[in-house]
Amino acid sequence: MASADVTKPRADKPPGRPEDIKAVPVRRPWRWVAAAIILIIAASLIRSAIVDTGPNKGFQWTWVGHFLFDSRVLHGVVVTIRLTVLSMAIGIVLGVLLAVMRLSPNRLVSGASWIYIWFFRGTPLLVQILFWNNIGALYKTIVLGVPFGGPGLIHANANTLIPTSVAVVLALGLNEGAYMAEIVRAGIISVDEGQTEAAQSLGMSRLQIMRLVVLPQAIRVILPPTGNEMISMLKNSSLASVVAYTEALYSVQLIYSVNYKTIPLLIVVSIWYLVMTSVLYVGQYFIERRFGRGFSRAEQATMRARWLGLSRGGGVEGPPP
Amino acid sequence: MTGPMVKAEGVHKRFGANEVLKGIDLEVGRGEVMCMLGPSGSGKSTFLRCINHLEKINSGRLSVDGELVGYRDAGGKLHELRDREVTTKRAQIGMVFQQFNLFPHMTAMENVSLAPVRVQKVAREEARKRAKTLLERVGLSDKLDAYPVALSGGQQQRVAIARALAMQPKLMLFDEPTSALDPELVGEVLDVMRQLAQDGMTMIVVTHEMGFAREVGDTAVFMDGGVVVESGPPGQVLVNPREERTRTFLSKVL
Repeated sequence: MASADVTKPRADKPPGRPEDIKAVPVRRPWRWVAAAIILIIAASLIRSAIVDTGPNKGFQWTWVGHFLFDSRVLHGVVVTIRLTVLSMAIGIVLGVLLAVMRLSPNRLVSGASWIYIWFFRGTPLLVQILFWNNIGALYKTIVLGVPFGGPGLIHANANTLIPTSVAVVLALGLNEGAYMAEIVRAGIISVDEGQTEAAQSLGMSRLQIMRLVVLPQAIRVILPPTGNEMISMLKNSSLASVVAYTEALYSVQLIYSVNYKTIPLLIVVSIWYLVMTSVLYVGQYFIERRFGRGFSRAEQATMRARWLGLSRGGGVEGPPP
Repeated sequence: MTGPMVKAEGVHKRFGANEVLKGIDLEVGRGEVMCMLGPSGSGKSTFLRCINHLEKINSGRLSVDGELVGYRDAGGKLHELRDREVTTKRAQIGMVFQQFNLFPHMTAMENVSLAPVRVQKVAREEARKRAKTLLERVGLSDKLDAYPVALSGGQQQRVAIARALAMQPKLMLFDEPTSALDPELVGEVLDVMRQLAQDGMTMIVVTHEMGFAREVGDTAVFMDGGVVVESGPPGQVLVNPREERTRTFLSKVL
């Protein structure tokens, strides 16, 4: 093995091309030790999950199977999806608006955006949800009309205008807007100033430049963290359970508060959350690839390499030729 | 209309306490090509950017085609132009940048036809036809659907020139158009610019290409420290300068 002749070309190689180096690899015993420890832990976890120690103890997989497609659970999952999509839509629109405001040369406009972000990021989401759910105690009626005691055009009772279903969407969406604003702002800043100047020199207006030139490029930077926000939102929507809104978590809570099958029902809801986040992961990958269009070929190649590398279980150093 | 295309009188520009332009007096006639030379930081690029109001001047008078840049003169009192008026005027001036600044998320065709459609409200089909003609003119008829990333620097800069020409400008500004290019790609861009000059376009070119300035330029201007040191026919300014400062610069560049 050690006497390998590196200079002599092998018969199946084209002549003149030296043979690849074949060296003895460095031994790494600690890798084997680490792998063994992980395998032992994994094996005992799996064993504990499979071996049911009694009809009403442990994981109770039969109950999990029983409730996995229960209509109440499925309804809760659908409500969670709807809540996530609606809140995220509000968050994204608001985020773009706040980010553009934040970058405005008008100090009052950018200041207003700053205060909004400061407030909604600085208070816990749970508190905001409770606040919106109790908005009727703060403002009995909501009036649309001339401000400072002028005549009102539309009067509405706050509790009928903002039922729990609206309160949770508002709470999650307005909170998300503050986080999305920072993400969008980072994206806008990442676009080279030369792009704006080139667009200006072509006579485009500020709005056109933002919509046609800057935002489409910023999206590439905005998308990955937005995907993360979407996944966080999906899970944070479970906070709506505290105001008795029947999304996925509260719908299983309702069931186990009656039959005490707490663990299997929590497993059921966890499975559904995992299914939903996994779908988002896959969607995120394809959307990012779509918006990578027109940017460096090398970058797309490395993205592919990363996926190939992942499936092969090893890292790939450079893009494939 | 007669009179010069660009006229600058005592143009000053400050960035904070840093005075970049210290009184520029220049005239560019219609159909003329003016080449501006000078060390970096001498204010050449800033002057170009003032002409299409990417920068606001602090004092002096700067006019394009007989109209003030960025202001309206109403009985001796200057009024700032509205955003709409500024963009309308910018649309009539083409600008080509050192870093090309093509829109990376659009194909060559989309880059060239974007502004005609959005700013001049030309019909999409008409704009595409115009873009195709222009891209052919700069020798890129086979790259219509290529994204900028798939083009060489020289090709990108030629698309950028086509993009500026698509707005049918009356004046073209070139800000070191070949400085970011590999030496072997400089020629193809200069060829396009030479052709443009022959077609009668009024051009202001900030460049370090002495050969181009001598051959194509009607006037050459040497700037240093925010002032025009020397200007005149390229044959004189670049070959036989009067000022010592110009001579020193040229000896380093050549």
